[in-house]
Amino acid sequence: MRIALLTDIHANREAFEACLADAARCGAQRLVLLGDIVGYGADPAWAVAKTRDLVSQGAIALRGNHDEATAFPRGGMTEDATAAIAWTRRVLDPADAAFLGALPMEVEEDDRLYVHAEASAPGRWIYVRDAEDARRSMEAATARVVFCGHVHAPALYGLTATAKLVSFRPVAGVAVPLTRPRRWQVVLGAVGQPRDGDPAAAWSLLDLDANEVTLHRVPYDVAAASEKVRAAGLPEALATRLLRGR
Amino acid sequence: MARARLHEGEEVDGFRIGRLLHTGGMATLWAVTHPAQPGALLMKVPRLAEGEDPAAIVSFEMEQMILPRVSGPHVPRFVASGGFDRQPYLVMERIDGASLQAQADAAPLPAAEIAAIGAAVAEALDSLHRQHVVHLDVKPSNILLRGSGEAVLVDFGLSRHAQLPDLMEEEFRLPYGTAPYMAPEQIMGIRSEARSDLFALGAMLYLLATGKHPFGDPQRMSGLKRRLWRDPPPPRQLRPECPEWLQEVILRCLEVQPERRHPSAAQLALDLRNPGQVALTARARKLRQDGLARVIQRRFHPDHQPRFGPADCAEAVATAPIVAVAVDLTEQDAALAEALRRMVGEILATLPGARLACLNVLRQNRLSIDSTLDEQGRNKHVQRLVELKHWAAPLALPEGRVTFHVLEAVSPAGALLEYLRVNGADHMVMGARAASLRRKMLGSVSAEVAAEAPCSVTVVRARGGSAGAEG
Repeated sequence: MRIALLTDIHANREAFEACLADAARCGAQRLVLLGDIVGYGADPAWAVAKTRDLVSQGAIALRGNHDEATAFPRGGMTEDATAAIAWTRRVLDPADAAFLGALPMEVEEDDRLYVHAEASAPGRWIYVRDAEDARRSMEAATARVVFCGHVHAPALYGLTATAKLVSFRPVAGVAVPLTRPRRWQVVLGAVGQPRDGDPAAAWSLLDLDANEVTLHRVPYDVAAASEKVRAAGLPEALATRLLRGR
Repeated sequence: MARARLHEGEEVDGFRIGRLLHTGGMATLWAVTHPAQPGALLMKVPRLAEGEDPAAIVSFEMEQMILPRVSGPHVPRFVASGGFDRQPYLVMERIDGASLQAQADAAPLPAAEIAAIGAAVAEALDSLHRQHVVHLDVKPSNILLRGSGEAVLVDFGLSRHAQLPDLMEEEFRLPYGTAPYMAPEQIMGIRSEARSDLFALGAMLYLLATGKHPFGDPQRMSGLKRRLWRDPPPPRQLRPECPEWLQEVILRCLEVQPERRHPSAAQLALDLRNPGQVALTARARKLRQDGLARVIQRRFHPDHQPRFGPADCAEAVATAPIVAVAVDLTEQDAALAEALRRMVGEILATLPGARLACLNVLRQNRLSIDSTLDEQGRNKHVQRLVELKHWAAPLALPEGRVTFHVLEAVSPAGALLEYLRVNGADHMVMGARAASLRRKMLGSVSAEVAAEAPCSVTVVRARGGSAGAEG
């Protein structure tokens, strides 16, 4: 069984389409969307429609902090993010916003937990930025492997029986085994707004039979996505950061 | 968790357990068979009893990660592995050949034999380094020789894959390795330096040449660190019959700073296969250890402390290629010779670690036995070497960066291809022979080489020079 893991799509249609096509090419049989379907990008209606379509075909979709803010605006975000949420709420059908607000916070299947931010307090949207964050998340979960997004930069943390932590920055195209006595926290790269210096969209393939996860990077029409953000009147920084991947 | 012990005749995941072949510190090795797997197989089972060193578990995990991800004749073929949830094991091809332990026990060996062993091992290391793996435990018992002569590296329990998480680095603060062979930077905790393997190979060649370990077999950290400032007795001090070129190669491998060793295993192999072309430095002539003043300076002076940084092994190999250039000395085409030299100069300028091999093919007559003396009475082979050196002289390369080879063969393309293959060259630069009756009759050498070469090929033409060029 091959599962495509996509997160932080952020209403970036060009990146989302490119990743879905790449996942299909790689033989993905299932799809998990780990949240932040909207926010920042210029195509929220399309992104939600596509997500609803995928969910109706069996995909798992989780709620991210931008999805929640679109459904239940509450504040506490950066200025650009807040502006983007306000814009998203204006252009999005209320039924779509309600769909986002009804998405689950986490889903567990077999020895895997999917969650947008991290496992210790999913609703607090804590970033997994270092080994200690990863440890807190893994200790809170019972699943052997925790998958999350939210950070927009891929990373991998392994916990040993002696409570030591391995941290690792995955290399695109190289399968990493999620070896068994160990527990792992896999931080996925972002589809719609990468922040690790590589503007290419990121998604990951989990191969259950081989027990491996592979980071994939997909070049897409960044200029078009960026221009749409600008044309929508969203903050300029949200357009330029797509080009830089930061 | 794992069961205590396997027994002969048992079956694990379809593998029938045969004879117990070896019991080591960290694992036991069993001969096994499987109805669907041809050939002799080996099952490695970690020793995981209570109170065992946790390194045994982690190193087994590393080997389970790395072995399926490396390929080629220089590693045992991976067959299957089992996890820690039931019975941890690793099944691989059982190499039909002995380890180099017998040679190590029989040391000192003749120089030619040491060079042949060293070249075979360096070739295996080059293959591994190109696959992003540093072995980090190169020693006689971890190297097997196939019947075909190829060296096979086994036991990847301490190895590091640059593109996978390093479980060993996080788990243990003390360096893991085998004391007589460990590189200084490995002792200081660096696990990503490909040239650590060249140091270990150098320590092994030293042993084969002298019968002694260059740094003894220290068991404590203080003793291990001694090699950072104390140089070993030169091999020729212990064995005056050790040739200068061999001492040069061994002591270069044993340099404390990785940058002073050969830039890549392929370049070390090239030296060991061409003893006559090894550039001799002060290392070759050294007959005693460095004086006390220098040793004290190295040990205590802050400016003389070695500094080690992390590195990506495949990246390092990529910046130190072997570039081969085929120079045709018979066509008398000055414009082409100049264009070829310019191209080579540009390639070398961008790659400071690159090494140039200048090749010329001396055609042998297919029917009659050639006279090695030409009409002027000079030896053709020597004459070609002189002309090759003359061609390369304007490049002004230091002695260690360039070698010259006159290949005697019936088929120029065949000889060049053979050279590229055997010496692991990364890039071939050659001129396109001008359109001529000769080419029409003989066919295009560059086309054949470009089609068949195991590496990149650049075909150079002189623009505006001789009319027409070969396609």
